[in-house]
Amino acid sequence: MDYTLLFVQTLNGLQLGLLLFLVASGLTLVFGILNFVNLAHGSIYMIGAFIGASLTLWLGNFLIAVVIALPIIGLVGYAIEKFVARRLYEKDHLDHVLGTFGLILVLDTLAHLIWGPEGISVPLPGWLDGQVELFAGVVVPTYRLLIITAGLSVAGGLVWLVNYTRLGMLIRAGASNRTMVSALGIDIQLLFALVFALGAMLAGLAGMLITPITEASIGMGGQIIITAFVVIIIGGIGSMKGAFIAAILVGMIDTLGRAYLADIFALVMSPSAAETSAPSVSSMLIYILMAAILAVRPQGLFPPKARP
Amino acid sequence: MKSMSRTSWITLAGMAALLILPPLFLWSGNEFYLQLATRLVILAIAAVSLNLVLGYGGLVSFGHAAYIGIGAYAVGIPAYHETYGGFDSIASYDGLFHVALAVGISALFALVTGAISLRTKGVYFIMITMAFGQMAYYLFFSINEYGGDDGLVIDVRSEVPGLNLDNPLQLYLLSYVALVAAMLIVRTIINSRFGMVIKGAKGNNDRLVGLGYNTYLYRLAAYVISGAMAGFAGALLGNFTTFISPEMMGWTRSGELMFMVILGGAATTFGPVLGAVIFILLEEILSSYTIFWQLPFGLILIGVVLFARGGLMGFLTTKWRKP
Repeated sequence: MDYTLLFVQTLNGLQLGLLLFLVASGLTLVFGILNFVNLAHGSIYMIGAFIGASLTLWLGNFLIAVVIALPIIGLVGYAIEKFVARRLYEKDHLDHVLGTFGLILVLDTLAHLIWGPEGISVPLPGWLDGQVELFAGVVVPTYRLLIITAGLSVAGGLVWLVNYTRLGMLIRAGASNRTMVSALGIDIQLLFALVFALGAMLAGLAGMLITPITEASIGMGGQIIITAFVVIIIGGIGSMKGAFIAAILVGMIDTLGRAYLADIFALVMSPSAAETSAPSVSSMLIYILMAAILAVRPQGLFPPKARP
Repeated sequence: MKSMSRTSWITLAGMAALLILPPLFLWSGNEFYLQLATRLVILAIAAVSLNLVLGYGGLVSFGHAAYIGIGAYAVGIPAYHETYGGFDSIASYDGLFHVALAVGISALFALVTGAISLRTKGVYFIMITMAFGQMAYYLFFSINEYGGDDGLVIDVRSEVPGLNLDNPLQLYLLSYVALVAAMLIVRTIINSRFGMVIKGAKGNNDRLVGLGYNTYLYRLAAYVISGAMAGFAGALLGNFTTFISPEMMGWTRSGELMFMVILGGAATTFGPVLGAVIFILLEEILSSYTIFWQLPFGLILIGVVLFARGGLMGFLTTKWRKP
């Protein structure tokens, strides 16, 4: 067994998991507090990627572009909350799904109008473009380490924000009893808008971070949103801890499955059968995982406490 | 004698128009409109089947496009093997075999995924049905033998005794009859004791469980019936387009089906059909003006959700009624 390859693949899985967490955390935050299903979250991820890519090409510096793009995507999220999402909170989940489905069409077409049909790729600054030798014989791209570091920092920051700050306290209180929070004189509308903007920034950051690896493109939101939903279903919708654990789990299983499933299958079936069946099974692996977990725990791994 | 309600009149008038207009399009040299009507009627069958669980049962299935895809591949795969060899046990051009396969596999897929999904509630149910739909999507996406994401061309349409599906009018009339049958099946189910349980469980599931009904099994049965009917629609769609790809079972397709049901009016006999008509026509008209047609289309969809929640049938039947 090639342990170097296994290590690198594990690192790739961790990277994918952390990017998924950035998207899923916003999704689960918005659902946990606002009880709102936002299909258009993937489109925010896409718009974040486009804004980040444009600013990088304009300013010539990826990191500065990310720093400037983050508040912009936060404002985009704030606007979406104010003009569309807010009007849907009082309706049922079916309306959320349909309304944000319409929103996807609007946002994707706007991106098409502004940035054109072609994807935008972004060059990395020289010091991020290279590779690092972690230890003898194990070489990983520097940028992947940056994504992992950024993802872990954001996860840590969210834990701090939700558990140890006044805003986090209000967020937790709003999640369990929003009427009481607003009765205590908190501007619940503003709180909701802030949460929505925070979720948009998290998704936007994920979009910006992935752009140098792939590119900013119109269809990118539709791909990640489903996986992000799988993550929050597995983790328990509304649970931040669940989102983190499930995101890492899904990232690992997806990456390692694609890398090793053919080898594992070859142990129990003919090489040619393994070769043909492995790609289909590995692309379905996370859905099989989700089905298996939900069959045992219909509320996901970490169901949040019942809401009133 | 009790006079017919406004709902019945709208239903009859609408179905009569769907029977009479498309052949007139063909005879007046506008075959394009007959094609449009065929696609519309086939999608209406899927919307009617979705309405059984979504509208009457309150089960928001976000993965119904998967059944359309399964049904279409149930035509495409046997035809592919009949043409190019291999997999002799299913290689066939026989339309009855295709339909049996489409309905059978769809029912089986609905049974397995429904058994898991129906253990969950609310938003979990929405998301898990969507995820199962994506599972079917990625399955066909990754099978290279059947074209993967490039899709599969159906060289020969299903052979149905007494019919020639290469004739556009015959294909349309077959689809139309299937639509009427689907509407009647759903109507019969809904007016039966079985349907009462499905509707009752939507209103108050606990009460029905308290009355001794195993609503889980009732819902699973409705889910399987709905999936099988959508699979049949898929078999028709495969014969209509003669090209199938995983794209037809993506989650956005499922979202469109949901929109047809809500747009026309959930839990009504004609609503899903009306919704499909409006949806397809709107798409067709807007896209003839601009390539950015999804922008106004999306805004209209958001507007419908915000301001027109009973659907068109609700609007047509309540706004006009005298107090």
